[in-house]
Amino acid sequence: MNLTSLGLMPVGLMHYLILSAVLFAIGLYGVLAKRNAVVILMCIEIMLNAVNIALIAFSRYVVPVQLTGQIFALFVMVVAAAEAAVGIAIIMAIYRSHQSVDVDKLDLMKW
Amino acid sequence: MPYQIPWLIFLLPVCSLLIIAFILRPFFNNRPKLGGYVTIAAISTACALSLWVLATVIAAPGHKLDIPDFQWLVIGNLNVHFGLLIDSLTAVMLVVVTIVSLMVQIYSQGYMDGDSGYHRYFAFMSLFTACMLGLIMADNLVLMFLFWEGVGLGSYLLIGFWFHRPSAANAAKKAFIVTRLGDVGFLVAILLLFAQTGTFDTEELHALAIAGTLGGTVLTWVAIGIFSGAAGKSAQFPLHVWLPDAMEGPTPVSALIHAATMVAAGVFLVARFHPLFEHSEVALTTVAIIGGFTAIFAASMGLVMTDIKRVLAYSTISQLGYMMLGLGTGGVAIGIFHLFNHAFFKALLFLGAGSVNHGTGTFDMRQMGGLRKAMPWTYATFLIGSLSLAGIWPLSGFWSKDEIVASALDKPILFYIAMLTVFMTAFYMFRAIFLTFEGEYKGGAPAEHGSHGPNNSYGPHESSKVMVIPLVILSVLSVFSGWLNVTGAFSSFMGHGGEVEAHGFIQGFFGVLSHPVPLISLAVAALGVFLAYAMYSARWISAEVMGRIFKPMYVLFSRKYWMDELYENVIVKKVLINGVFAVLGLFDEKAIDGAINGVANGTVAAGRELRRLQTGQLQFYAMFIVLGLVAITVCYYIFA
Repeated sequence: MNLTSLGLMPVGLMHYLILSAVLFAIGLYGVLAKRNAVVILMCIEIMLNAVNIALIAFSRYVVPVQLTGQIFALFVMVVAAAEAAVGIAIIMAIYRSHQSVDVDKLDLMKW
Repeated sequence: MPYQIPWLIFLLPVCSLLIIAFILRPFFNNRPKLGGYVTIAAISTACALSLWVLATVIAAPGHKLDIPDFQWLVIGNLNVHFGLLIDSLTAVMLVVVTIVSLMVQIYSQGYMDGDSGYHRYFAFMSLFTACMLGLIMADNLVLMFLFWEGVGLGSYLLIGFWFHRPSAANAAKKAFIVTRLGDVGFLVAILLLFAQTGTFDTEELHALAIAGTLGGTVLTWVAIGIFSGAAGKSAQFPLHVWLPDAMEGPTPVSALIHAATMVAAGVFLVARFHPLFEHSEVALTTVAIIGGFTAIFAASMGLVMTDIKRVLAYSTISQLGYMMLGLGTGGVAIGIFHLFNHAFFKALLFLGAGSVNHGTGTFDMRQMGGLRKAMPWTYATFLIGSLSLAGIWPLSGFWSKDEIVASALDKPILFYIAMLTVFMTAFYMFRAIFLTFEGEYKGGAPAEHGSHGPNNSYGPHESSKVMVIPLVILSVLSVFSGWLNVTGAFSSFMGHGGEVEAHGFIQGFFGVLSHPVPLISLAVAALGVFLAYAMYSARWISAEVMGRIFKPMYVLFSRKYWMDELYENVIVKKVLINGVFAVLGLFDEKAIDGAINGVANGTVAAGRELRRLQTGQLQFYAMFIVLGLVAITVCYYIFA
């Protein structure tokens, strides 16, 4: 069954990249605009995953024989996991001292 | 003669300075005499070489030696060389400076004995002598100015030798600043000359002045500028105020600097550039008038001083005025001849005063008296010096002073001034002699005032041989140095042969007494001596009564015409401190400080506003990072 005959386009590189860009933008918005540190951390994860999609898509469509993009994505996941662990630990520590995870209140570095 | 010899004359004192400063002072400080020996060895060698140079110059055609130059500064077309000009003037000056310097160094061995600054003293003396020798040999204005300032530095260091005494420190500063005022004029003259002619070379400038290329108003201003430098160094009115105060230095220093060499630098400078003065009637007249005025002005103050060194100081100023008068009216030979004679007898008188101080512990003539018996050698030599200074035939001072007085004949006012000064000179010198050496001893200084305390414990006494011998040598020179020009030999050597008729020595020696002018001047001098005798020895006329009769003049003279007060209270305090300095201070405060503080305040204010951007919130920063990225991307698409 041909996808085209069903009125659907085949999924190509461009679709994956658009998905990746949209996810990245959503994540970026979250990082910049959200006040809750946990949400910001989640948004960073979204951005990382957006990057992973782009990496794998490029790898699959541009150099299908090699698995460089996939391997790279695995490394990103490892780093993301470590980052999440450290990030959540920091947020826990902040919460214990401030009774809050609102980043607007975390302005100790201010002049 | 090898051309290195004149260089050696200059370099020997430099070497002695370096040896004392870098070897003797650090390593042999416990053996102070060594410094003196090194200096004396260097200067006596330089003195012997100077005599050789003089002999060579006398024999040389045109009385001039060619010495190869070194290149010093080459900037574009400007070529300043490091060269020596050895002509008759230089040769005579070399001999005067080295002989007087040598005598003073030998004398200093005795006078400075036991002073803690012995090495420093001889190092400075070497520096000073080296600069003076460099000055008289330099063949261009830049080099000359360099050594000119070096001489100023040397005098500053030596006047302030006992710098722990505030009066000496102040006198040193005063000498330095006042002479610097004159140097401004000298510097302006040098720059003006260079702007006009493009050369610094002395001989080229002479040629230009003689050829008339350099002339008119510019030449007049240049000559007056040079004279202003000379007036500072040679203590001419109105820049004479530093010299009497400079007596704060050790007495041999006074003999070297304020009698024979440094103050002679100004006279030398005018003599060196005499061709420039000759072509400007105004400048020559200025020199003559300032010189004549200074001569009588300083002599009048010498009449009433009670400090023997100050009498000599004013006498020096007065004699320098004579030299300037001689240069202004007669020419190089006459002025320099007086300088030549004056150097010997004035050094002698200063050293004699130092010897008196050594014996009594004071310079105040009112506390002396009767020293003739205690100090026979000092007395005899001092008397010879005084007779010579007073211009008594046949001592040296007579011959040169007579020429100056005679050269002023066609300017009646200057002639009468010169005559009156002859009278005053004879009077104040013999007043000093009668007060110091005749009558009863009045006790000298209280022990704590004596600069050489231990010597005072057993009354006045003759100084040691090392001090007396230079006195004797100088007194011999004071007698005979004037005879060099009896036949006109000195004048013709200095290139003024036409002005003095040549005749035999015997005829010249006695024949001079058949002319009216020398006779009058001799009579006037004798009158001065007689008046001093009448007032201070025989006491036919009471000095106190005379003081009361001429009270206004006495006060005027003894307060030095209020010149110090004028400078201190009017010029320094009113004009400078309240006027110029106040305005400059205001400018400094408002404009300079304002600009600097303005920049600082602006930066602080900008920082105060800009730091509001530092919110400490990462999201805020991250937003700017993103905005920056967007901006770069947009730019890339627009411009790429």
